[in-house]
Amino acid sequence: MSETIPSTRRAAQEFETVIDGADRRVAAFDPHRRGPVEKLQHALHSNPTLVPVIVLLGAVAVFGVISGSKFFSAFNLTLIMQQVSIIGILAAAQSLIVLTAGIDLSVAAIMVLMSVIAGNLAVFSGVPAPLALIVAFAGGALAGMFNGFLVTRVKLPPFITTLGTWSIFFALNLWLSGAQSIRSQDIDAEAPLLKVFGETIAIGSARITWGSILMVVVFLVLWYMLNKTAWGRHVYAVGDDAEAAELAGIRTRRTLMSVYALAGLICGIAAWASIGRVGSISPQAFYEGNLQSITAVVIGGISLFGGRGSILGALFGALIVGVFQSGLRLAGVDVLWQVFAIGWLIIIAVAIDQWIRKVSA
Amino acid sequence: MKTLFAGTALALVLGAGAVSAAETTACLITKTDTNPFFVKMKEGAGAKAKELGLTLNTYAGKLDGDVETQVAAVESCIAAGAKGILITPSDSRALAPVVGKAREAGVLVIALDTPFEPIEAADATFATDNFLAGELIGQWAAAKMEDPADARIALLDLNPSQISVDYLRDNGFLKGFGVDIKDPTKMGDEDDPRIVGNDVTNGNEEGGRTAMENLLQKDPGVNLVYTINEPAAAGAFEALKAVGLEEQALIVSVDGGCPGVQNVEAGVIGATSMQFPLKMASMGIEAIKAYAETGEKPKASEGLDFTNTGVELVTDQPVEGIPSITSKEALEKCWG
Repeated sequence: MSETIPSTRRAAQEFETVIDGADRRVAAFDPHRRGPVEKLQHALHSNPTLVPVIVLLGAVAVFGVISGSKFFSAFNLTLIMQQVSIIGILAAAQSLIVLTAGIDLSVAAIMVLMSVIAGNLAVFSGVPAPLALIVAFAGGALAGMFNGFLVTRVKLPPFITTLGTWSIFFALNLWLSGAQSIRSQDIDAEAPLLKVFGETIAIGSARITWGSILMVVVFLVLWYMLNKTAWGRHVYAVGDDAEAAELAGIRTRRTLMSVYALAGLICGIAAWASIGRVGSISPQAFYEGNLQSITAVVIGGISLFGGRGSILGALFGALIVGVFQSGLRLAGVDVLWQVFAIGWLIIIAVAIDQWIRKVSA
Repeated sequence: MKTLFAGTALALVLGAGAVSAAETTACLITKTDTNPFFVKMKEGAGAKAKELGLTLNTYAGKLDGDVETQVAAVESCIAAGAKGILITPSDSRALAPVVGKAREAGVLVIALDTPFEPIEAADATFATDNFLAGELIGQWAAAKMEDPADARIALLDLNPSQISVDYLRDNGFLKGFGVDIKDPTKMGDEDDPRIVGNDVTNGNEEGGRTAMENLLQKDPGVNLVYTINEPAAAGAFEALKAVGLEEQALIVSVDGGCPGVQNVEAGVIGATSMQFPLKMASMGIEAIKAYAETGEKPKASEGLDFTNTGVELVTDQPVEGIPSITSKEALEKCWG
């Protein structure tokens, strides 16, 4: 026995020698190398703001070549900033909602309603302007919380909720304003503070308004909150998979509520900025602001399915729309073809988003 | 099943018609019920209807260009057995077929403010002569400018749909100023080098501001600004002020709303053509009353294919040969 065992061992060893030459890996990923397209797809997946940045820079370059110095001047580029500032701020609020896989059709209606409230209080009722603005901010937050309440407690889909509140807020706006604009001169006389975001800082031929600066600041603050705070991670988690987030111990309803309240507050701030931008308080302005803000968010690469995309994308999205409109206009393109181009931008942006989503993380 | 429904609907229509035989019903359908112009119209119609003992039903679109709601409103009026419909069509061509149905049903259709295309689509049109309104401010601007040959003109229109009130005012202004307008039913087809460009405002301050900025971007030397209405003019002024060019450009407009007249007084708007919505509506109600009693339809003003409800030039810088009233006088008659 003692003889045979080593011999069988030896035989087995001999038999097993082939193993040495065999592949010893237990399990491994498909070694298949990524082609350049796939590499791009992965890069975009891990860095969703890349697309809008490339499109923005590309568009500026192309229009710069086509229209020359008329387009590519400090004056025009800062003018684009001014023109998109209000939609940009609304897009910031919209991004928060979209990141939670919702949609908010009422952002512009909240903004216009709050501008009318602030104007009525400060210009006609003699309320000190700072107080009127605080009322507008609080009103914006309340309006947002009303949306949030309907979404989290009454369990209505965000689309339906805000479709309803859009009409409600618009009607209140017309009732309060009597559909009359508050004139620029009256605001100047009674409450010039309301128009402070229309003031410009001139650097050379550049004309930067405080409203443009406000837009950038709003985005930077939100970027910080979303990326560097626990609250921000919760927002992404809830948007990506609310059930999993809840199981992980996140209070999803409270998170959603805070998102809607914050979005409403931002609309209140946008109301202040819009008075400076327009000059007067017009109940008829920004009727399509909600859709324009969604356009900016979508072109900015924030997924409508929630939980993915950077808020800065919405800023770039808003700027892309502004650059296209300005560029096409200076190239002498008719208004209707500008609308046409923006439509294609939206479709292409969402198509790219779908393609990126196919990557397994 | 279908016939049953149709039958019931017909019975309902007939039933409603029978009820209103005792009491004449009139309908007022405006583009929106938010624009002070239409608010005033509603006031005028309401007051006149009460005075003459008519029942007035009012309808309005949600916003300018809302055709569907207006179509539904016309259908409701037919169903309700109204004797007459006063309507400001949101789309001068798209609403023509449905008011045709109303007329076949024996309803008197009167277009207020915005003529149909073709204008015969309605029994009568009570409107401001929008072309004349434009012409007046055009002539005034030409007389006011030192040298009209040096004009750099920005045209701030309503929207891209080329609706009648939009092109009539725009082309009227250009003709009054002395520009070859080519096709009088088209905006933007002129090739006069003095024109910097056209842009759209949606008739509000925000649109007016953005459009003015855009045209200044094309040519910072703009010195004459035509605007479709006074809110757009206020927006244009803000844009000019933001770049310190408010002294360089003369702004003219059309409407005669009270904030607009105040802006003439404040020097924001150089001149504006005032129209009279209250009068359009009250004349419309009178016409429906007359039609209900005698079957007689209103006649158009001489030399025009519609009934002119009047237009007056408002300015504090009158020029010779063009009759005008001052902003102070205008404040007594303005609407909104």
